[in-house]
Amino acid sequence: MSSWNHGRRCLVFIACAGLLLICAALSLSLGSRQVTLAEIIGGVTKNAGFTMGELVVHQRIPRTVFGLVAGCALAMSGTLMQAVTRNPLADPGILGVNTGAALAIVVGIAFFGIGSLVQYMAFALLGASVTAVFVYAVGSLGYGGATPVKLALAGTATSAALSSLVSLILLPRSTSMDAFRFWQSGGIGGATFGGIASIAPLIVIGAALGICAVGSLNALALGDDAAAGLGVKTARTRLLGAVAGVLLCGATTALAGPIGFIGLVAPHIVRLIAGPDLRYVLPLSAVAGASVLLLADTAGRVIGSPGEIEAGLVSAFVGAPILVFIAVRSKVRAL
Amino acid sequence: MTTANRIIAQHRRQAARRNAVCLALAMAIIALAALMLVMGSVIYPLSDVIRALRGEQVRGAAFAVMTLRLPRMLSGVLAGIAFGISGSAFQSMLRNSLASPDIIGVTGGAGAAAVFCMLILRMSGAGVSAAAVTFGLIVAVIIYMLSGGGSFGGGRLILIGIGIGAMLQAVISYILVRASQYDVPVAMRWLSGSLNGTKLAELPPLAAAVLLLGGAVLFLSPRVRMFALGDDMAAALGVNVKQTRLLLTVAAVGLSAFATSVTGPISFVAFLSGPIAARLTGEGRAAALPSALVGAALVLAADLIGQLAFDTRFPVGAITGILGAPYLVFLLIRQNVKGGAI
Repeated sequence: MSSWNHGRRCLVFIACAGLLLICAALSLSLGSRQVTLAEIIGGVTKNAGFTMGELVVHQRIPRTVFGLVAGCALAMSGTLMQAVTRNPLADPGILGVNTGAALAIVVGIAFFGIGSLVQYMAFALLGASVTAVFVYAVGSLGYGGATPVKLALAGTATSAALSSLVSLILLPRSTSMDAFRFWQSGGIGGATFGGIASIAPLIVIGAALGICAVGSLNALALGDDAAAGLGVKTARTRLLGAVAGVLLCGATTALAGPIGFIGLVAPHIVRLIAGPDLRYVLPLSAVAGASVLLLADTAGRVIGSPGEIEAGLVSAFVGAPILVFIAVRSKVRAL
Repeated sequence: MTTANRIIAQHRRQAARRNAVCLALAMAIIALAALMLVMGSVIYPLSDVIRALRGEQVRGAAFAVMTLRLPRMLSGVLAGIAFGISGSAFQSMLRNSLASPDIIGVTGGAGAAAVFCMLILRMSGAGVSAAAVTFGLIVAVIIYMLSGGGSFGGGRLILIGIGIGAMLQAVISYILVRASQYDVPVAMRWLSGSLNGTKLAELPPLAAAVLLLGGAVLFLSPRVRMFALGDDMAAALGVNVKQTRLLLTVAAVGLSAFATSVTGPISFVAFLSGPIAARLTGEGRAAALPSALVGAALVLAADLIGQLAFDTRFPVGAITGILGAPYLVFLLIRQNVKGGAI
């Protein structure tokens, strides 16, 4: 694999970082009110005495920061899940993990009266991890292990099952469930720095665990036997990667609502450019995921102006065609 | 007894069992339908209901039966039949119980079009049905073409369906979130399906679709049974696989789209009817007729439960969802353990 040399990867990384900067700038400047460059600089640097345009920019800062964090986390989560399951379709949305988190939160609101973000997070994480384990277990039953089709069907089916439970709990309480209705469509608009700070520790832990697991996960791509032969403890590596993936997406989902497909799309784009080595794919995916989420959010604000279309809905529109593309391109037998 | 005789005898037993099951199901549907007309917030005696159906003016009963309960019952029966046939056609064609129209995104196309027409364009009635059917077909054609037309592998079709379904779900959620408070109860039916507020005027197109398209599927069903042997074997037995598949897809999609445009996507009925019918008749894959009857019985029973069993009235889709969800997961596990068709 000499073609993926270090220099080229550095170049790609710099390009991606540049792209991310542009996306962040777009996220700050575009929306129902357009602002000038001077206003962006003013809004970002000042602490008081804003003009109207600067105030708009200032208000967009938490959302942009959260877009960065959430995009990174979701993309890393998707990369890790794809590596752990050795399955190109693993993604929190497709695996039904998001719906699991949603059901847990609805149960929490309806029966336990939860309201604070920490409680949301605890419930979302619990729901996400239980669903992830369940879907993977179901998908890997039988001949051939967890093939992409089996895993995708298990995820979709579980998702359908869980969402009918969600609507059963939701229907009699439709008036008090407005908050959930908006949470469910997945967006980064309501973010505050307080919210970001409270999920940050989980994301940092998840990212750290993921980075620790990267080397062994690379070996896992050769197959369990070869990995074991290279001295990798396969079970522990899987567990580490899975825990990291669930932490990352569970924490993000608690604050943003279910945002699908970022975790699917980012690693696929990155692998096309930078090859399969996870040591590069993981950080590059994080950058790419943040760019895609910021772009999706900005596009949602521009298209939906004067209102907005939640990033979770836009990302489904960007991501689903890529899922279709993967399905069309790969050989039937490989599915 | 020779082998041939044994096979023929077994075939006869099979057919006798299927007929008995169909008869029993039909009787169950009639009983459930009568119950739906009799039961409600006020219970009318059967004699009053019959007089009201004849057009006599019975105080109270005439309005409740003719305007509220009859359309509800009829739409339940028709939608159940449509979903049942559509689901079993997809399942036999793709040789996969999980490949029902609600899981692979076809119902999503009809639902998205219907929600768009009702809440954004403020249309109602036949226009909504037409749009839902057209769009459901377009989505099916797109999925069909992307998955490689005539030679598609079931796995690829399912994956593409899931992807397209996700996009359509995003459209539906967007429209629902934007909808005003008043429209939300109406809109909720598009999440899980409901028989509330169906009018008699909405039913003729659905009835016509059930007759025409359902008839087409029944007509094709001898060929569809060959699909169980695999595409190549079916072709060797003289089935024009590509043509049959196209006709069947159009008919099945049309059925589920018409039903969706009236009742919303009643969760899991398309998916459940086939496997339940197969269990009842003891066949590997259910034929269209028993599946249709199971579908109708399911919808009626679920609607009765939803209306009467709890303090809150649940729409029919919430009940079928709860019934269907565990079964779906069970089926998934069993299919994977047996190393199913995928």
